[in-house]
Amino acid sequence: MSAFILIILSAVFTNNFITVKTYGICPFLGVSKKTSSAVGMGIAVTVVMVLATLVTYPVYNYVMVAHNADGTEIWNFQFLWIIFFIFIIASLVQMLEMIIRKISPSLYNSMGVYLPLITTNCAVLGVTQMFNGVTSLGDIVTGVGTAFTMNIGWALLYALFAGVGFTLVMIIMSGLREKLNCYKTHKALAGFPVAMITACFICMAFMVFSYIKI
Amino acid sequence: MNKYKKITLDGLIFQNPTFMLVLGTCPTLAMIKQSATSAMGMGLTVLVILTLSNIIISALRRVIPNSVRIPCYIVIIATLVTFVQMLLKKFLPDLYESLGAFLALIVVNCIVLGRAEAFASKHTVGEAAVDGIANGLGFTVALTLMGIICEFLGSGSLFGLQIMKSFKIAIFSQPAGAFLVYGIAIAVFTYVIDAFERSRRVKANKLARENLLKEAV
Repeated sequence: MSAFILIILSAVFTNNFITVKTYGICPFLGVSKKTSSAVGMGIAVTVVMVLATLVTYPVYNYVMVAHNADGTEIWNFQFLWIIFFIFIIASLVQMLEMIIRKISPSLYNSMGVYLPLITTNCAVLGVTQMFNGVTSLGDIVTGVGTAFTMNIGWALLYALFAGVGFTLVMIIMSGLREKLNCYKTHKALAGFPVAMITACFICMAFMVFSYIKI
Repeated sequence: MNKYKKITLDGLIFQNPTFMLVLGTCPTLAMIKQSATSAMGMGLTVLVILTLSNIIISALRRVIPNSVRIPCYIVIIATLVTFVQMLLKKFLPDLYESLGAFLALIVVNCIVLGRAEAFASKHTVGEAAVDGIANGLGFTVALTLMGIICEFLGSGSLFGLQIMKSFKIAIFSQPAGAFLVYGIAIAVFTYVIDAFERSRRVKANKLARENLLKEAV
């Protein structure tokens, strides 16, 4: 049970993808002008993160490396993981877009426009590469200890809550930016600079979580 | 020759990928908060990958079908990144360690894919190579400058050399400080470029008016 809570705390707060690891800054700055689009982007990223982990984790651990019954390696091409992973993510996003367009046009109109952007999003490739070669859950979540071996369940849980943390920060940012639109900023600061200074304050708020000792 | 000068100036200043277009933000923020050395290393790695990918994509621009061009670009870039990753691991292990996960994430760096899509797929090999070098240099210079500021304020050192002993504002070696420095750097850069272009336009207008007056007299 404690491992569950530690994963949630770690993925959402202490190792938040945007404010601590600085993954996925492009959508964070580009799609956070309105709350509705920020929520759509956050949900889309979360879905793709979980699905990508679901596919890449077995591919990395069982397809790209194979063992004989006595434990000797038959083949190992894990060094090609970048090419494999980016292709898996790109085709997954494409497939998801087609499925959503077929099943629910209304969902496609609200969420589908963000899907093509996700292929070139660091957050998805970042979360899938985190589990490469990790044998114990304690290696990616501090405070868990060495008792838990890494498996696809933990990986999926981590990916899900990393996506939740991403969505949370997106919503905070979009709320602040909507509010900022009501005020006049200096011409040089308008646009990206003022968004980044806002992000600076969100990061400061999230820094508090890094002092949690478990 | 004028054409190459324009490409170079665009990549370095007027279309600078970091300050003017705000592309490739993830590695920028992650590296400038670490140190000036790793920021410069990141910039040079992107410079190499960007130049090579621009050359290859420009050479293949008539072969790649338009409808599947993005997957083709991604495969080319991913292969180059894999090569560079192996080379760095073997020959520059310190830089490999400091870049960490962001070395692999160059694959999804918007600058590389953006230049491939916007420039390399429409121009000759020579122009694409110059464009890659110019944009890579613009990225490297921007990252190094911000890395120097962040490292100096965050730990009182420059390129790992301790300059001021007990001077340290810890926030500048955190993502928060990196965001602050990046935001202010964009504001200053765009302000200076705007002022420069305005003064150039004013000068040109003045010249035109004088010419007109002269003709009228």
